[in-house]
Amino acid sequence: MTLAVNNQSIPSRPRGGSFRRDLIGVAVIAVFAAAGYILFPDNLALLTRILAVALLVLALDLVTGYCGVATLGHAALFGSGAYAAGILSAHYGINDPLLMTLGGIVAGAVAGLLCAVVMLRAHGLPQLVLSIALIYLFHELANKASSWTGGSDGLSGIMPDPVFGVYEFDLFGHTAYFFGVALLLIAFVLLRLVVRSPFGMLCRGIKEDPLRIRAMGASPNAALAKMYVISGAVAGTGGALSAISTQVVALDALSFTQSAEALVMLVLGGTGSLFGALAGTLIFMLFEDYVSAANPFHWLTMVGVLLIAVVLFAPKGIYGTAAAYFTRRGEANR
Amino acid sequence: MSPVFEVANLKRSFGGLVVTNDVSLSMAPGDRVALIGPNGAGKTTFVNLVTGNLPPSSGEVRLGGETVTRVDAIGRVRRGLVRSFQVTRLFQDMTPAEHVGLAVLQRDGRAGRLFGRFLNMTEVMAEVSELLEKLGLAELAYRKVREIAYGQQRLLEIAVALALKPKVLLLDEPAAGVPQSDTGRIEQALADLPPDLAVLMIEHDMDLVFRFAKRVIVLAAGTIIFDGLPADVTKDARVREAYLGNYANASHVA
Repeated sequence: MTLAVNNQSIPSRPRGGSFRRDLIGVAVIAVFAAAGYILFPDNLALLTRILAVALLVLALDLVTGYCGVATLGHAALFGSGAYAAGILSAHYGINDPLLMTLGGIVAGAVAGLLCAVVMLRAHGLPQLVLSIALIYLFHELANKASSWTGGSDGLSGIMPDPVFGVYEFDLFGHTAYFFGVALLLIAFVLLRLVVRSPFGMLCRGIKEDPLRIRAMGASPNAALAKMYVISGAVAGTGGALSAISTQVVALDALSFTQSAEALVMLVLGGTGSLFGALAGTLIFMLFEDYVSAANPFHWLTMVGVLLIAVVLFAPKGIYGTAAAYFTRRGEANR
Repeated sequence: MSPVFEVANLKRSFGGLVVTNDVSLSMAPGDRVALIGPNGAGKTTFVNLVTGNLPPSSGEVRLGGETVTRVDAIGRVRRGLVRSFQVTRLFQDMTPAEHVGLAVLQRDGRAGRLFGRFLNMTEVMAEVSELLEKLGLAELAYRKVREIAYGQQRLLEIAVALALKPKVLLLDEPAAGVPQSDTGRIEQALADLPPDLAVLMIEHDMDLVFRFAKRVIVLAAGTIIFDGLPADVTKDARVREAYLGNYANASHVA
C-alpha cells in the first residue's frame, strides 16, 4: 500500500508495432490486388468472387477465431446481405451500389443478431447443430419466398448504377473488382482496430474462459452477440459485393456448403488472425479454380488431401504456421 | 460500522440433502475473516450461493445494504463482490498487463469499446503498473500467463480481483498449490490488501488462517459451529470434534 506509483515501473512495449503491421497489411492487400489485376485481367470475376468470400471468411474468423464459437451456418449472414442488396435493386429500384452495400451491411447485422440469439443459448456441439439448423432455415426461407428471392431460379434484375455516378459496372468487371478491393481494405482496417480494442481483448478472454469473464463482471453472451452483429455487417458486405458484382443472387449464397467451405478456408489459413482468414480464402479459391480446371474429376480429392495435410502438419493453418515460424526465427536471431 | 456484506438464514438443499443450513454472517469494511471447515462441510456450495452461481432454497444475501439474492453473478460482481478461484482461472494466452487492463476497463464500463488500445490509455496503464508493481509482477507484465510460475499466477489472480475495486473479496484458497518457498509472497500480498476491504478467505492451511484472520468461522455439515477469535477456535469443543482434532493436538499451535 505504501509503494509509490511509478508509471515507468513496468517496461513499456514498442508502440508503433501494430500500426506498422496495419500499414503492411494494407500494402500487402493492395499489392495482391494489383498483381491479380495485372496477371489475370480476363478473370476479374473470379477475383471479385474471392474478395466477397474473403469478407465472409473474415466475418467467420471474428466469431470462430477470436471468440471460439464454432459455426457451420455463417453463410446465413453473407446470404442475407446478398439478398438484401439484390432485393433493394430488383424490387425497389434502389440501384446506388453504396446504398445496396449499406442494405447488405444492415441485413447481415440483423441476421447476425438473430443467429446469436438462437446459438448463444447453447455451447459446443449443440451450438454447432443449431448453426446447421439455422442455415437450413435461412435457405428454406429464401427458397419459399420466391416472389422476393426468385427461389431456386435465383434473384435477377439487379442493375447497380455507376459508383459515385461515374464508374459504371462494365462487362469485364473492372469496376466491380476495384469496388470489392476498396470494401475489403476498409473492412480490414476497421477489423484491425476492433480486434485489438478493449472489446477484442474481452472476446479473447471469453474464448479462453467465459466463466472467468463473468467473475470479472462482464457478460460473455452480450459481448458475443455484439461480435455477431459486427461479423454480420462484414459478411453482409461480402454478400452485397457478390450481388452487385454478379448481378444475380443464387440460393447457394445461403447454403450449408458455402458455410462449410468458409470454415475450411479459415482453418486452412489459420484461425484467430485476419491475415490467416485472407490467406486461407485466397489459397483455397485459387487452388479450387486451378485444380478444377486442370483435373475436373479429381479436384475435390485434391482439396481434401490439401486440407488433411494442413490440419495434420500445420494445425495453426498455413498463415499461422508460417507466422509462428518466422517469429521463432526472429527471436532466435536477436 | 454498518455491515458491507450480510448473509441471513441462507439455506440450500439438493433433494433431501441440506448442504447449507441456516447460515448467517455479517462483515464490516476492513474485516479479515477466514472460513474453514472439513471437506464436505459445504464451503464450495456456500461460495456459489454467495456469488450468485447457485440460487438458495431460502435466505438472503445483502451487499452494502442492498438485497442481492435475486441478482445474478455478474450483477453481484458489479456491485462489488469479487472472488478469486481456488484453481487459478487465468487466460493462458494473455499477459498479466492484459488481465489487469481488462479488469480495470471492465470496472469502468469500457471493456466494450471498439477502438483504441489499453496500452495507449495512460490512466489505465497507470493503474495496471501500480497493481502489478504492488504484487511484484511488473517484470512479467508482457509475458504470457502460461510462461509464468504458478505462485505468480496466484498473485495475478489477486491483482485482477483488486483491479475490480471490490467492497468484498472472497479468496478461495489463495495459496493452494503454491510451493512453500512462494507462500511468503502471497501472505505479503494478503497483508497488503486495502484496509477498508472486507475479506473472506476460505482456506485449509491453518498457519495461513492464524496469521491472516482476525476472525474465524467454522462450517461443518452446512452450519456455522463457531464464529469468533482465532485464539478461541482451537479451544472450542465442537470445533475440535468436527474438524481441528488433529491440528489442535499438534505441538506448534501458538
